Amino acid sequence: MSLTLLLDILIGGLMMGGLYALIAVGLSLQYGVARVLNVSHGEFIMLGAFATYSLYILFGMNPLLSLVVSGPFIFIVGFLIHRTLFKRLKRLSPTMDAFEGSSLLASFGLLFIIQNVALLIWGSDVKGYSYLSKPVNFFGAVYAANRLVALLFAILIGIIFYYFLKRTRVGKAIRAAAQDVTTAQLMGVNIHFVLGLCFGLGALMAGIAGSLTSMMFEITPLIGFPYTIIAIIAVVLGGLGNILGSLIGGFILGLIGNIVMYIHPGLSLIAYYLIFLLLLLIKPTGILGK
Amino acid sequence: MTHSTNFLRLLSLLIFIVLLALIPRYAQPYTIISLNSIFMYIVLTVSWAMFSGPTHYISLASAAFFGLGIYVSAILGDKLPLLVVIGFGGLISSLLALLVGLSSLRLRGMYFTIFTFGLSELIRHSVLWWEVNETGTVGRWVIAVDNTTVYYVMLAILLITLVVTYIIKHSKYGLALLSIGESEEAADHIGINVNALKIIIFAVGTFFMGATGAIMATRWSYIDPSIAFNPLFSFMPVLMAIFGGVGQIFGQVLGAAVLTLLADLLLTKLPYYYMLLYGVILIIVILFLPKGLVGLKEEVKLWLRGMKQRYENT
Repeated sequence: MSLTLLLDILIGGLMMGGLYALIAVGLSLQYGVARVLNVSHGEFIMLGAFATYSLYILFGMNPLLSLVVSGPFIFIVGFLIHRTLFKRLKRLSPTMDAFEGSSLLASFGLLFIIQNVALLIWGSDVKGYSYLSKPVNFFGAVYAANRLVALLFAILIGIIFYYFLKRTRVGKAIRAAAQDVTTAQLMGVNIHFVLGLCFGLGALMAGIAGSLTSMMFEITPLIGFPYTIIAIIAVVLGGLGNILGSLIGGFILGLIGNIVMYIHPGLSLIAYYLIFLLLLLIKPTGILGK
Repeated sequence: MTHSTNFLRLLSLLIFIVLLALIPRYAQPYTIISLNSIFMYIVLTVSWAMFSGPTHYISLASAAFFGLGIYVSAILGDKLPLLVVIGFGGLISSLLALLVGLSSLRLRGMYFTIFTFGLSELIRHSVLWWEVNETGTVGRWVIAVDNTTVYYVMLAILLITLVVTYIIKHSKYGLALLSIGESEEAADHIGINVNALKIIIFAVGTFFMGATGAIMATRWSYIDPSIAFNPLFSFMPVLMAIFGGVGQIFGQVLGAAVLTLLADLLLTKLPYYYMLLYGVILIIVILFLPKGLVGLKEEVKLWLRGMKQRYENT
């Protein structure tokens, strides 16, 4: 294997990893903090992708600029879903286990609803547009410019979010809730607001990832679910409730996926599942877990 | 409950079974086909709830066991007699369940659920990959069997499933399963062999899923991994059990029967909205019917009693 090929796989993996990390951090907020294993997470990616696509096709809006429109919208949808659905489920459930079980099933319901509404609106045909697809020479390897933009964007959002968590009062409340919801509530955190915020922020990150996805790949209403799987694996890999862990988990998965893709293109999904099952069996607390 | 009411119940049950056995002589082919799918979902639901109901371990791998049965039928259907194929389908599924059970003993709650789901998807994608890269074709043909035979075989599997579930539920093992659901540590301390019991009951339940897959495969005539291992076969039993009421066998049967009929109706009348409505029903059931249709009956009773008291007080 030559050095350029190695570098090629490595950088390609990092680019996918950036996208996965964004998705994984989003799910980490929903699952790690709000305790909803949201299997409809990928559907918000799909929604983000189609929002950007539609704004570009209908109004010729710049895909990166369209985030300003689609982002807040998806955030509000996520926030409202938590306020109406999961808050009520939490009140109904006698134990945390019962809540996790019923919220998992409810999020499957959301998956079916969002996916099929999207199928009714956009149809099942493959859609795509061309934006920043000029090839760029990057350390000897050639990439489409939009992939570099996506990686930069993912890193930028990661940094902003990191400072949001570390430096702001709300960020502190989120970190407290991630450690222990009950204690956080006792310390005066408005827990339902914070959990709703986590859910909305998780959806927002998925939406941003979706917009970036639509620049790089063709889209259909069915693209969401494989991303959900990747996000779940990355979150378990990084350790439940560990937001930094899922960021790292996302990058690791991106690298592994690209390496497997190089060996045999059809095997990457199988490889993800295998890693996932082995991880659950050997170290369910994740690489950074105790 | 007195001795005579018990006898009456048994008698009416027997009459009901005889009536079911007579149906193919008089009914339309369409009725038989739709009864077959009702029986199929009842078996899937009851055998899912056999393990997952009392223990609260939500398994999302039903599609894997059901699909294995389908593939056994597709591969062996033209080589062996039908009943042998069905038995083999059940055994292979049980074998996989034993492996799953042994390897996932440490996993609790959510981790078990996503493990079973991941496993089911891994099998689906692996079979797909194998068929595309090694066999060269995605799908397979299954030897067709006439509807009446499928009907009687399904009826037999259904009755056996119900009897086995009833026996387990009313034995000491049924109580042991319930205590595992309440607290696994406590169950261990009072002398229940928690691991052995969990694995064996899981394997018993999956036997019926595999057997059902093997016989129902003959109805489709063409199968591929996306049909056989469709994740919906994992979710349907969970939804149906919750919809009817997980705690009671009657509730599970009711939930499966009602939702299958509803799905048939939606699929023919509103094919484009089928999955959408399915999602809406799922959420409504979880939000408003946590104890299922059976629980609804209790609630109506309580409400009526409350109304009566209020009426008497005024």
